[in-house]
Amino acid sequence: MKNSPYALEMQGVPYALEMRGITKRFPGVLANDNVNFAVKRGEIHALLGENGAGKSTLMNMVNGLYRPDEGQILLDGKSIKFSSPRDAIDNGVGMVHQHFMLVPTQTVSENLILGQKTPRFYINYKKLEQDIADLSQKFGLAVEPNAKIWQLSVGEQQRVEILKMLYQGAKLLIMDEPTAVLTPQEVTDLFKTLREMTATGHTIIFISHKLDEVVEIADRVTVLRRGRVESTVDGKSTSKAELARLMVGREVLFRIQKKPANPTAAALVIDHVSCENDRGLPSLRDLSLTVRSGEVVGIAGVAGNGQTELAQVIAGLRQATSGAVIVQGQNVTNQPATATIDQGLAYIPADRNGVGSSPNLNLADNLILKSYRQPPIGQGWRIDLRLVRAQAEQLIEQFDVKTPNVDLPARLLSGGNLQKLILAREISRQPKVIIAVYPVRGLDVGAIESIHQMLIDERDRGAGILLISEDLDELLSLSDRIVVLFEGQIVGEVPPDDDLINEIGLMMAGTKVEQSHAT
Amino acid sequence: MELAFLINIIEAGLRTGTPLLFATLGELITERAGVLNLGVEGMMLVGALAGFAVAYGTGNPWIGVLVAMLAGGVISLLHAFVSITLRGDQVVSGLALTFVGTGLTSVLGAPYVQVRDVPRLPVLPVPFLYDIPLIGPSILWPLFGEKQNVIFFIGLLLVPAVWFWIERTRPGLQLRAIGEKPAAADAVGVNVGALRYFYVFVGGLFAGLAGASLSLAITPLWINEMTAGQGWIAVGLVIFAGWNPWRALMGAYIFGALRRLPLDLQAIAWLPFASNPILGVWLNMIPYLFTILALVFSSREAIRKRLGAPAALGIPYVRGERGA
Repeated sequence: MKNSPYALEMQGVPYALEMRGITKRFPGVLANDNVNFAVKRGEIHALLGENGAGKSTLMNMVNGLYRPDEGQILLDGKSIKFSSPRDAIDNGVGMVHQHFMLVPTQTVSENLILGQKTPRFYINYKKLEQDIADLSQKFGLAVEPNAKIWQLSVGEQQRVEILKMLYQGAKLLIMDEPTAVLTPQEVTDLFKTLREMTATGHTIIFISHKLDEVVEIADRVTVLRRGRVESTVDGKSTSKAELARLMVGREVLFRIQKKPANPTAAALVIDHVSCENDRGLPSLRDLSLTVRSGEVVGIAGVAGNGQTELAQVIAGLRQATSGAVIVQGQNVTNQPATATIDQGLAYIPADRNGVGSSPNLNLADNLILKSYRQPPIGQGWRIDLRLVRAQAEQLIEQFDVKTPNVDLPARLLSGGNLQKLILAREISRQPKVIIAVYPVRGLDVGAIESIHQMLIDERDRGAGILLISEDLDELLSLSDRIVVLFEGQIVGEVPPDDDLINEIGLMMAGTKVEQSHAT
Repeated sequence: MELAFLINIIEAGLRTGTPLLFATLGELITERAGVLNLGVEGMMLVGALAGFAVAYGTGNPWIGVLVAMLAGGVISLLHAFVSITLRGDQVVSGLALTFVGTGLTSVLGAPYVQVRDVPRLPVLPVPFLYDIPLIGPSILWPLFGEKQNVIFFIGLLLVPAVWFWIERTRPGLQLRAIGEKPAAADAVGVNVGALRYFYVFVGGLFAGLAGASLSLAITPLWINEMTAGQGWIAVGLVIFAGWNPWRALMGAYIFGALRRLPLDLQAIAWLPFASNPILGVWLNMIPYLFTILALVFSSREAIRKRLGAPAALGIPYVRGERGA
């Protein structure tokens, strides 16, 4: 009876929250399908699922933003129907959103009282700030009451969000991917805070797609997949592998399986290139690098050491002040981006929404952004729309982009699906060189796995791939060799060997290491 | 002579700047709530005509003012409906409102064009200043024109009241929140739509008041398009003032004085081009030029942020939409 939501209730102890048979439809999407979900008082209950699995939708119904099409929601055993977030707050349900619901130009105190009934008219700021200071002390959440939100770090802003919920008397706290924006130190602090809160009788629902965290913090875990509850398991006795399997619906490879690389001729040559960053300061400094067909070259480095600029110079989006960029034997230095595209260069930029796609164009239009100029899509001055559509439908099928149709504006896609769309566009042109910048940042395990597989398949087809990433695991898993970038220069090259993590770390910090490992 | 010239200009600024002040304050409140209403000119015209007609009909200028405000408020709801309920383009809707106001008043106002004997709003002596020794009688009092129309005093009282409302009260806190980040306000149960309606309406009330103060105090007449671009100056002044009521006060007076400048300049004999009629034409362009420059200048996001523009200004609020 472990998974029955009714077991405890039969013993007379109502759940803090219980959802029975919840179904929610959006145009073209079944977001939640007959979901049964129950949370005990005083526990940290993780709600795990891939992007688009329906976690946020489910919780937005508890929070009063949406109403279920079918089903019943019980709070402490009482059936409730919230028509607005206000209702939810009045009943002790608070939600900390992934994107903070704080007014940046206002102070901490002002944000805390925004939804309150008191003070009725005149705000006595002196007294208010004293009250807030007392409250933050009481819960051990240190914040400066008269600091403006925009002045605070992300971790501090999150503390304000939590404090806001507690100030409003929340007993059940829903946290939507709270760690997505935090540094590791801030995550540790957050977990400590959450533990303290459950000790004082608060209940926490922790929405996440990160397995490590869920295993670490959750008392129980409910896994959602495609809008349905897959299972509810005990947080202490479960494992990463089990959760990943439940979440994705099959065994997940944390390390990609690949054959040894078979590099051939040079596909991309970067020859003594220098450039400036956006502020006009030197970025790349006399950098030389060769990527051969059929290999993945990983670029490791702390963000801001020239990675973005390197990718932009190659893609023709930034002027090189000296040196040359040669793609497939053709010098494309400081040529327009179309020149590199015509040379068979694919670019997967870090900014998916701004550079990688056009958010308001639909999926079909986004898919032809690089192929509309040539036949068969471009027919002189006109575009073969029928072919565009047919090709889009085929690519979406082939690359498993989850969408109701190809007319959807690209901005409505989740991160993982958008990235698959971008890869579909780039890979379908059979590129000779691929520049991939943070290709899986912010994505969940399922999407990461399939995107990594796509890149490796391209390598095996014979493309030369330049992979820029902050994630050493990703670099070690995909790369055939890793070069480390520091202050616009290459400070070392190593084979992708797990034992060399420390050396890579040292090089990323700027230490020159004897290149004994270089192949 | 130069001192008298200066005193004249300032005195004119305080007087003719007052309708501008009302309109600017109204637009400022509306914009702080996140709604851009470019219909100020139209709402002012509606207020001016309504106030004039009612004051003429009833013989009481105060009833005229009241009706003028209501008329401005009611017509502003058109803009509220399009921009809040229908989530339409606020620029287009605001422009349309100006056209509606201009057209409506030129048709309905035709019978009043010849009317001359409308009851005016009273003029009150400026208190206190005369009793200040030395500079009181010789400079300060003439500076304020010895007597000022009652609207001048209302304007002076409204500025601190509006500031207090926005910066020191709970409704003001909600007003700022729905203009800066409506999603945050919505998440804690503030009714974004209803409040935005309310503040668009308040902006309409103020614009109506501005119109009535033109037709019942400054130039007690009804003339077609008598606002002559002042509604547009108000839109520009809100940006100029950085969405701050005190700076709006300053800006309104400065532009009030600027409007008088061509007349005063013509009186100075030694200025070579002062009597050139073309100068007047150029000076008449100032309101539009100023508004365009202010809007162009503030269109860069970085500049807008530095000036203090409400972050959600001009963006319809849709619950759950990204970036709201």
